[in-house]
Amino acid sequence: MFRKNILAAAVATVFVVPAFAFAADDAEIKKIREEIESIKDGYETRIRQLEQRLEKAEQSTATATPAAPAQSAPASANAFNPAISLILGGQFNNLQRDPGTYQIGGFIPGGDEIGPGNRSFNLGESELTVSASIDPYFSGFFVMAVTPENAVSVEEGYVHSTGLVPGVTLKFGRFLSGFGYLNEIHAHAWDFVDAPLVHQAFFGGQLKEEGLQARWLAPTPVFLEFGLETGRGANFPGSERNKNGVNSGMIFAHVGDDVGISNSYRFGASYRVAHAQDRPYDDFDASGTTLVTNAFTGDSKMWGVDLVWKWAPNGNTVDRNFKFQAEYLRRKEDGDLVFDTAGLTPAAGASGAYRSSQSGWYMQGAYQFMARWRVGLRYEELDSGNTDVGLVNSGTLTAADFPRLAQNDPKRTTAMIDFSPSEFSRFRLQFARDEARFNEADNQVFLQYIMSLGTHGAHKF
Amino acid sequence: MNRWLTLAGAAALSLACSPVFAAVNVFACLPEWAALASELGGDKVSVYQASNALQDPHRIEARPSLVARMRSADLAICTGAELEIGWLPVLLQTAGNQKVQPGKPGFIAAAELVDRLEIPTRLDRAEGDIHPAGNPHIQLDPHNVAKVAAVVTQRLQQLDPANAAYYDTRGKDFQARWQQAIGRWEKEAAPLKGLRIVPYHKNTVYLSHWLGMSEVMYIEPKPGIPPSAGHLSELVVRLQAEPADAVIRTAYQDPKAASWLSEKTKIPVVELPYTVGGTPAARDLFGLFDDTIARLNKVKK
Repeated sequence: MFRKNILAAAVATVFVVPAFAFAADDAEIKKIREEIESIKDGYETRIRQLEQRLEKAEQSTATATPAAPAQSAPASANAFNPAISLILGGQFNNLQRDPGTYQIGGFIPGGDEIGPGNRSFNLGESELTVSASIDPYFSGFFVMAVTPENAVSVEEGYVHSTGLVPGVTLKFGRFLSGFGYLNEIHAHAWDFVDAPLVHQAFFGGQLKEEGLQARWLAPTPVFLEFGLETGRGANFPGSERNKNGVNSGMIFAHVGDDVGISNSYRFGASYRVAHAQDRPYDDFDASGTTLVTNAFTGDSKMWGVDLVWKWAPNGNTVDRNFKFQAEYLRRKEDGDLVFDTAGLTPAAGASGAYRSSQSGWYMQGAYQFMARWRVGLRYEELDSGNTDVGLVNSGTLTAADFPRLAQNDPKRTTAMIDFSPSEFSRFRLQFARDEARFNEADNQVFLQYIMSLGTHGAHKF
Repeated sequence: MNRWLTLAGAAALSLACSPVFAAVNVFACLPEWAALASELGGDKVSVYQASNALQDPHRIEARPSLVARMRSADLAICTGAELEIGWLPVLLQTAGNQKVQPGKPGFIAAAELVDRLEIPTRLDRAEGDIHPAGNPHIQLDPHNVAKVAAVVTQRLQQLDPANAAYYDTRGKDFQARWQQAIGRWEKEAAPLKGLRIVPYHKNTVYLSHWLGMSEVMYIEPKPGIPPSAGHLSELVVRLQAEPADAVIRTAYQDPKAASWLSEKTKIPVVELPYTVGGTPAARDLFGLFDDTIARLNKVKK
């Protein structure tokens, strides 16, 4: 302000002085006038500049105050809306064999995500995810899937809390079980169109648990995590038992670290026990024409190991990167098997011991050879083992009455190439030679799209 | 039994000696914040740098090693403004550490402390991978670094009151040297005013804004979308009509597109460190700006 006054006075003086120079001629007066104008303009610009500098200085002292953020977030009620994202997916399938006859031979089927799906165009599950902090202690996470048949299902709906006890993360509600590596990852983030055969055979796709999961992360520089999970165990390989208490229990451990700048890994081991009560499955009897329903009651114990290894030059994943992943699972089922629960055949209701020890593994690699483009290869094998069926041993029935339980070693080889125009869209072409049926190979071609709308998701390792 | 005891003792000792038990464990999402934490915390802090200058800050893997380090952190310094949205939320959700959750004194989102540029008026993914809170690459304006430094000092004092005087001295010393350096850099960079540059990604806007350079076009057609051959040819045509002084590539970006463009248009490529460690000379925050300005000044001569 003070400076401005001085300047004004100076300008005024310049104006007043020439008034006394009456001896000058017109031309000279004009010239002087022009000079005055230019001086005046000059001062005005300088004053403007000074004002701007002052304003700027005031602003920067205000923003330098540490406690007050320079730009606070918009303070509307709307700002509390949870993060919402939607996955749109679908595929075009070309299947050599009738998908209606699909089965993983040698394994009791369960769950609803076995097989390659229908032929031609298929709308995939549309997944709507809503998540937000609930309060300083909890956050909520909800995934709703709308199936192409217009059915709505709650894929996941859980409450999450982290660090209330240092290193402890709690989850309760319905969630994807932490068994192994891939099971916890949503299908849209998979490297192949479908789940490995071993997951289809042992979980019926993806294993969901309704219950509680607790993890404890050790305070060490190396990643070391221990977890436990328990719940109703109502999903395959367990079943609804209509009992109080819990029906399934699981423990798992993970260790992981970096190897140099370019490599990192995570290794895990899991063990789970669940109980099944009258868990049904359909099979033909020895006549080959009567479809009967058999039921298993007993324990289903499962253990597995998993490894994921990632590489990227200098840890920069943008242009090139490689991901290797492998899992081995073994499941033992011990209990009783009831033949033909619906009473369609003479031997209906016959019951005997049932014992199986089955295993499976897959191994896969996905290589991004340039920005946006990846190729992948997967190989997998299952071993149905020699299932011990009491009704067959005692001679009540024959092995031909349980065709699905015959010995089989399913195999599948899969190759894929995918292109991601951006982080939010992906197209994939996949070929598979599927030898899951008894003595029959199925050549499958899939063309898939996965689109993600809304909130930018963060990806697990 | 004896062997087990010895082993347990050795394990306990190694735990006690590991940086986990330093006064303040700092988890720095990006190299610039690691460098800043070291400047301000000296030997009273143990700094873990989660990423390096050769890694795209948008696309870091939420690796198990990062989760493990986040678990023991007392202070996490990240950029925020969604720069780390693809990986930081996973670390915060799985590490089981309440101290570093957003809103706690143990979490600093640097971008919230400065005036952000390019806050989008139209939020639509058709615009590419834009950040609703504005451009998050704030560290290339040294005035922003000074503002973040003030808050880091304050938080260190809050988290480790026993060493408050130490942090105060170090903070004041840093700010004095930094302001002096800013004066020097602004003088050195005076010829860069009006320099027309073509960066790969919008990660130099704060530098351009500070030095008065103009970013005439970008190699990426939209933020986060790699350039197609068609887009690059279009850039060549546009650059022939209105030439620029330099094509800019930062350390973590693929050099191919920039060198191709430079070959076609005869406009030199300038490789900038972008953050601490991006070039051999950018060893610390001072070196980052010394080297950035020196490299840009070369095209002016």
